[in-house]
Amino acid sequence: MLRQTTADRYKRYGEYGAMVVIWVGLLLFFGALSTGFLTARTLGTLANRIPALAVVSAGMTLVLIVGGIDLSVGSVLGLCGAVLGVALVNWHWPLWAGGLLCLGIGLLAGVLNGWVSVGLGVPSFIVTLGMLEIARGLAYLTTQSQTKYIGGPVEGLSRPVFLGFSSAFFIAAAVVVAGQVVLARTVFGRHLIAIGANEQAVRLAGINPRPPKIAVFALLGLLTGLGAVFYTSRLGSSDPNAGIGLELSAIAAVVIGGTSLMGGRGSVLNSFFGVLIIATLEAGLAQVGATEPTKRVTTGLVIVVAVVLDAWRRSMTRASFANRL
Amino acid sequence: MPPPLLQARNLSKSYSVPVLTDFSFDLEGGEVHALIGSNGAGKSTFARILCGLTRAEGGRLRLRGAVYAPRSKRDAEQAGVVMVLQELNVIGSMSVAENLFLNRLPRRAGFIRFAALHERARRALARVGLSALEPAGAAGRLGVGQQQLLEIAGALDQHCRVLILDEPTAALTEPETERLFENIRRLQTEGVGVIYISHRMDEIRRIAGRITVLRDGRGVATHGSGKVSVADLIREMVGHDLPETKPADGRAAGETVLRVRHLRAGRRVRDVSFELRSGEIAGLAGLIGSGRTETLRAVFGADPKEGGEVYVGGDVRPLAIDGPADAVRAGIGMLPEDRKQDGLLLALSVRVNLTLSTLGRHARFGGWLDAESESQTARDFCRRLAVQCASVEQPVRELSGGNQQKIVIARWLAREGRVWLFDEPTRGIDVAAKDKVYQVLRDLAAEGKAVLVVSSELPELMALCDRILVMSAGRIAADFPHGQWTQEKLTAAAFSGYLERQPQAAFSKETERSSE
Repeated sequence: MLRQTTADRYKRYGEYGAMVVIWVGLLLFFGALSTGFLTARTLGTLANRIPALAVVSAGMTLVLIVGGIDLSVGSVLGLCGAVLGVALVNWHWPLWAGGLLCLGIGLLAGVLNGWVSVGLGVPSFIVTLGMLEIARGLAYLTTQSQTKYIGGPVEGLSRPVFLGFSSAFFIAAAVVVAGQVVLARTVFGRHLIAIGANEQAVRLAGINPRPPKIAVFALLGLLTGLGAVFYTSRLGSSDPNAGIGLELSAIAAVVIGGTSLMGGRGSVLNSFFGVLIIATLEAGLAQVGATEPTKRVTTGLVIVVAVVLDAWRRSMTRASFANRL
Repeated sequence: MPPPLLQARNLSKSYSVPVLTDFSFDLEGGEVHALIGSNGAGKSTFARILCGLTRAEGGRLRLRGAVYAPRSKRDAEQAGVVMVLQELNVIGSMSVAENLFLNRLPRRAGFIRFAALHERARRALARVGLSALEPAGAAGRLGVGQQQLLEIAGALDQHCRVLILDEPTAALTEPETERLFENIRRLQTEGVGVIYISHRMDEIRRIAGRITVLRDGRGVATHGSGKVSVADLIREMVGHDLPETKPADGRAAGETVLRVRHLRAGRRVRDVSFELRSGEIAGLAGLIGSGRTETLRAVFGADPKEGGEVYVGGDVRPLAIDGPADAVRAGIGMLPEDRKQDGLLLALSVRVNLTLSTLGRHARFGGWLDAESESQTARDFCRRLAVQCASVEQPVRELSGGNQQKIVIARWLAREGRVWLFDEPTRGIDVAAKDKVYQVLRDLAAEGKAVLVVSSELPELMALCDRILVMSAGRIAADFPHGQWTQEKLTAAAFSGYLERQPQAAFSKETERSSE
């Protein structure tokens, strides 16, 4: 009677299943509307476009799970990219050193976000809103508001290496898998979910909730730095305007993936499917010739519908559980 | 003879158990009628019925001879029955005047008339001796005592006929209390009837004309206040005095494992010292609001301490507790009073809730969780404590209160420790679950742990404990070893701190702050 029932296990796989079904449905839908969409080449293009958003969304998932939010990721990505450009072009640093510096700047921004919001008890919404402005301003200062062509080695990351997929895509996929494993299978991940569910109870259970909370902001900063490397690599240049609006795409992807904005529930893997759904939608709409405004309206509608469906499904399963008792 | 101002006849009300049974009560105009009783005697329920916050199931109320059945607080206030709640309802971010008149702001075409508002506020404040306060100032900056007076000022302004005061002086200083009494006397001359609920016998005997004693939801007696002694009142609150009946368990208390010295925390813990020995179950009795929960939380590091030390084991140096994590590391565990708010992750599974404090034990290679080991442990504890759940993956939200409580207890059992603090471990749970909890406590003591139990039910403590400490007004008022207590002695001790006003050092800080 106390065994983990198969129903429990299926429920978990069902969560992923639903996301995959929606994504495949979108692919088929646009494939039916336009010949030439459902090709290996489209898939490759799609996959090589998403690494930056995928790693940022993975980190954002953890931040939302502990009940926080980070609005600064777009600007921090811009700043990291700007610094990377300066390091490679002006200082002639090797790629690995520039990349490390780029990750370091992201980590620093994340630590600051976490330390001020958690340590000083200021809502993360406000702290990261401030960071959004600060980082964007610094990005302009660093580059003197100029886009800097880099070319050469940095583009390698975005070049297809296997089956049309780039190394950036494989790194991002590895990050997503690692993130999911950390969340679902480690003590750290369990603490994050517990903090999001009831921070007071966690504290009274003898666990200090602050270090893990700061850690997720730091981790998101680090992943934003990684995203900046991917982004710069795809463009072949560093652009101080890089990542404008990225925070909204990332939060949208995470929420489509079923993570609660209130914390305590979420999945890194589902956020990745959320990224795929958003990217497929945009690519598909472009393919069928939708204009930019139409694309935005449609994407917005999909976000709202996805969240409403999720809320509805959740209330249904709770009701069915009650019936079973 | 004219009918009394307020007449209650045969009121009854029950939640899961009867809380008010066949209770009758009269209040004359111009009278102060005090209501006293132990925890759960039904005082608050009666007050809530009068002011429309809940409805009686039987009996009837008459106000000035007419049937009175308020459906809401607003209904009651329109009829002239106003209550000042024990918990403060001041909205800190709003001004003093806005707080006073929140439900009746003077307005014209939807706009607040601030001049009129502040004028009225000044008059209302002057009445309770707060004329120094600026009506436009933020209410949140007031001390607790002034906030309480603010509530009273709001009530007085509403031209009430019946005023209900629930522990109005709990946060007031001596001069503030005097000022309140002056106001009550003035209201008496205006023909207002006052129902005065309090633990403080000295104040009751000064201000009240009659005293009604409630016990287990029934009216026991009504006295003229000059004609009855405190000892008699306490005897009536206790009823049949339960003598010491518990046989000795044959446990011998060992060495001291926890020493608390001169602990002070917040408003409610003034100066608490006690010791716990291994192998004993100690009870912590006291009236609601006497500081029991706050003492436990301060020892555990859940709330900051203002002074005093906690020593664990034979340590000569006090334990540095910066938060619950430090206390847990030193071997102290606490079951919080409110399991839903402070204990459980309601949306998560039985397994996750149970293993929360001991995740490290189910981790391999430094952090990798072994789900099977977790489930195994969860199943073991569920079996041991007879937790009824569909599977260990069921969310705890769906379990009954008793089963939820067992899960929080099981989490600590898995953790182990030397000192166990239980805050109302059997509140709101069924009889079978209670028995299980008692058994767990006895097992812990038998294993040589030190157990401290807070409970509002004296018979429970009397049947369970080897020793009972009684808290009163923020201090340990008595420490009864096994065999020395009776229910009457325990009750008398619980009231003892309220017989005379204690020096209120804790408030001077707030008064200073608000007079800045």
